Amino acid sequence: MISIKNLHASIGDKEILRGINLEVKAGEVHAIMGPNGSGKSTLSSVLAGREDYDVTEGEVTFNGKNLLDLSTEDRAREGLFLAFQYPIEIPGVSNINFLRTALNEIRAYHGQEEMAAKDFLALVKEKSKLVELDAKLASRSVNEGFSGGEKKRNEIFQMAMLNPKLAILDETDSGLDIDALRIVATGVNKLKSKDNATIVITHYQRLLDYIVPDFVHILYKGRIVKSGGKELALEMEAKGYDEIKREFESSEL
Amino acid sequence: MANEILEEHINKDYEWGFTTNIDADEAPKGLNEDIIKFISAKKNEPEWMLEFRLKAFRNWQNMVEPEWAHVSYTKPNFQDIIYYSAPKPKKELASLDEVDPELLKTFEKLGISLEEQKRLSGVQSNIAVDVVFDSVSVKTTFKETLAEKGIIFCSFSEAVQDHPELVKKYMGIAVPPTDNFYAALNSAVFTDGSFCYIPKGVRSPMELSTYFRINASGTGQFERTLIIADEDAYVSYLEGCTAPQRDENQLHAAVVEIITHKNAEVKYSTVQNWYPGDKDGKGGIFNFVTKRGICLEDNSKISWTQVETGSAVTWKYPSVILKGNNSVGEFYSVAVTNNYQQADTGTKMIHIGKNTRSTIISKGISAGFSNNSYRGLVQIKKGASNARNFSQCDSLLMGDKCGAHTFPYIEIKDKSAVVEHEATTSKIGEDQLFYCKQRGIDNEKAIGLIVNGYCKEVLNKLPMEFAVEAQKLLAISLEGSVG
Repeated sequence: MISIKNLHASIGDKEILRGINLEVKAGEVHAIMGPNGSGKSTLSSVLAGREDYDVTEGEVTFNGKNLLDLSTEDRAREGLFLAFQYPIEIPGVSNINFLRTALNEIRAYHGQEEMAAKDFLALVKEKSKLVELDAKLASRSVNEGFSGGEKKRNEIFQMAMLNPKLAILDETDSGLDIDALRIVATGVNKLKSKDNATIVITHYQRLLDYIVPDFVHILYKGRIVKSGGKELALEMEAKGYDEIKREFESSEL
Repeated sequence: MANEILEEHINKDYEWGFTTNIDADEAPKGLNEDIIKFISAKKNEPEWMLEFRLKAFRNWQNMVEPEWAHVSYTKPNFQDIIYYSAPKPKKELASLDEVDPELLKTFEKLGISLEEQKRLSGVQSNIAVDVVFDSVSVKTTFKETLAEKGIIFCSFSEAVQDHPELVKKYMGIAVPPTDNFYAALNSAVFTDGSFCYIPKGVRSPMELSTYFRINASGTGQFERTLIIADEDAYVSYLEGCTAPQRDENQLHAAVVEIITHKNAEVKYSTVQNWYPGDKDGKGGIFNFVTKRGICLEDNSKISWTQVETGSAVTWKYPSVILKGNNSVGEFYSVAVTNNYQQADTGTKMIHIGKNTRSTIISKGISAGFSNNSYRGLVQIKKGASNARNFSQCDSLLMGDKCGAHTFPYIEIKDKSAVVEHEATTSKIGEDQLFYCKQRGIDNEKAIGLIVNGYCKEVLNKLPMEFAVEAQKLLAISLEGSVG
């Protein structure tokens, strides 16, 4: 699905990613954990194509294509989806209109016709149920006046609508109470299939109780310093990141 | 990246910048009483009309060009302008076949096919069009259909000939010839325009529209529009305008007057797309326009909706005098400036009658090196009890070289008034664009979405046909302004 090799990225003079290696296959769920400032959100931004970052070294292959050569919108059209940590508000643009534009742009990219209005509305109905999204939210302006939980649910709703191959959830658990967390996680689990993959970026282990990862990677100072199964997340939770910090502080990464 | 996109946008041509090779019948350059007499004679006007012009001209000579607007430009040399230019041959046109084929081609390029308009007669969503080319009205469609209802829709010149009593009675009520520098100039030299009278109890069965086009070089366009809605009448009126791409600045100083009687309503919508000048600010139209409506009697309503994307310099304040009790004034505006465009636009709501209400929604969008100002006056006169106004002025900035300014004036002389004013300034965020792109929407479409969302409250007020045109225009005007 996606293959990241020796990825280096900086913002200004500051190097944030310092040689990331990661291989994600279809049907897998990977969790990336790490303390604040370790580069977790930078990784998702770089993969999605945010222009603030310069990729200085390395390569990323997505579905056999050189991801870094693609524009942000083409990455999305190829099936890369980023669930934002802080979803953006777009006043005056209804959620439905926004998604319809997005969906049809993606379809056009793949040489498909625009989806008929009737089919689109049926899809909205079906997918909004999945994340228990109030039908009213679908017709409101994108994220405008949404609560924190509603915004996150809206991200998963969009993901359900656009049906990506690879979904990157960037700290989707932040700011969620336990009920919202369960709803969001249930949505993600229902969308999981043998043909798609998920990268869950999180600071805390608790989301991983609901979305159970196949692999857990610990990111520290711009590198994956440790990888393992789901038990690694529990270990981190128990010990905290301090041990990792001690272990790798001195090794001059 | 940002530069690339900006570059691409800048090189985008003004699509309406072509000129038409048509023989024109022109007045000599310059302005004096002889020129005014020349225009009046060309139009075979009655004595009172010439008097009106000369009075306005004598006043104008003692007036100074206003300098209070937040714009800077080289003042036009009024002796270097041709005040009358008409496509030849100028004779009565009995049918479309007699219109110069070059002219018809021009209108087709502009997207108004008069032939099609004619063919489609009788179809529901029709629009009657009056076309004003340089100084004269060349064709008014659907005249006969409208006449059946008693509606008069014709060029101003025809109205002076055929309905002098109406013109004499209403002209200058909303915009007196001495109102301001440009209105006085217009009153002296106006050459044509549209006239519309909706009789008692009649709702116009179609939208009426005037299409203005400046073509000849070195000319100014001074048209005048007069719309009268008698008791219980209703009309929705549209105005569109374009001009060729020229290095010189051309002056457009129009006057629009609207008068509503008891229970009458007029909706006036403009999509203004005069040539804005090139990327360095060279050329473009000076759009110095006076538009005002007066709710003369009780329960009447005047609504202005404007989408302003063109002109090098805009100076324009469509206003409503709320004289009748319970009358309503509305102003919905989207003003876009890009490159070196400057706009100082807004409205005046003058509350005189009791229980009068006004709403102002202004959306300014500035990009490039442009300056965009909202200037508005809400005036509640003594005795205008229970008057209400709500104003909302939003500014959207794209890039960091442009300016957005708001100059709201509020004068309240009656204690029972309720006046609310809200204002916001925001920037089209990189974050918003990135969010859209991450969902598969490209830059251009994303800007279109965001800007149309921002302007929604205003675009919703436009008639359907116009709303589509306006949305396209917004996208073109702003394409690539954010990288």
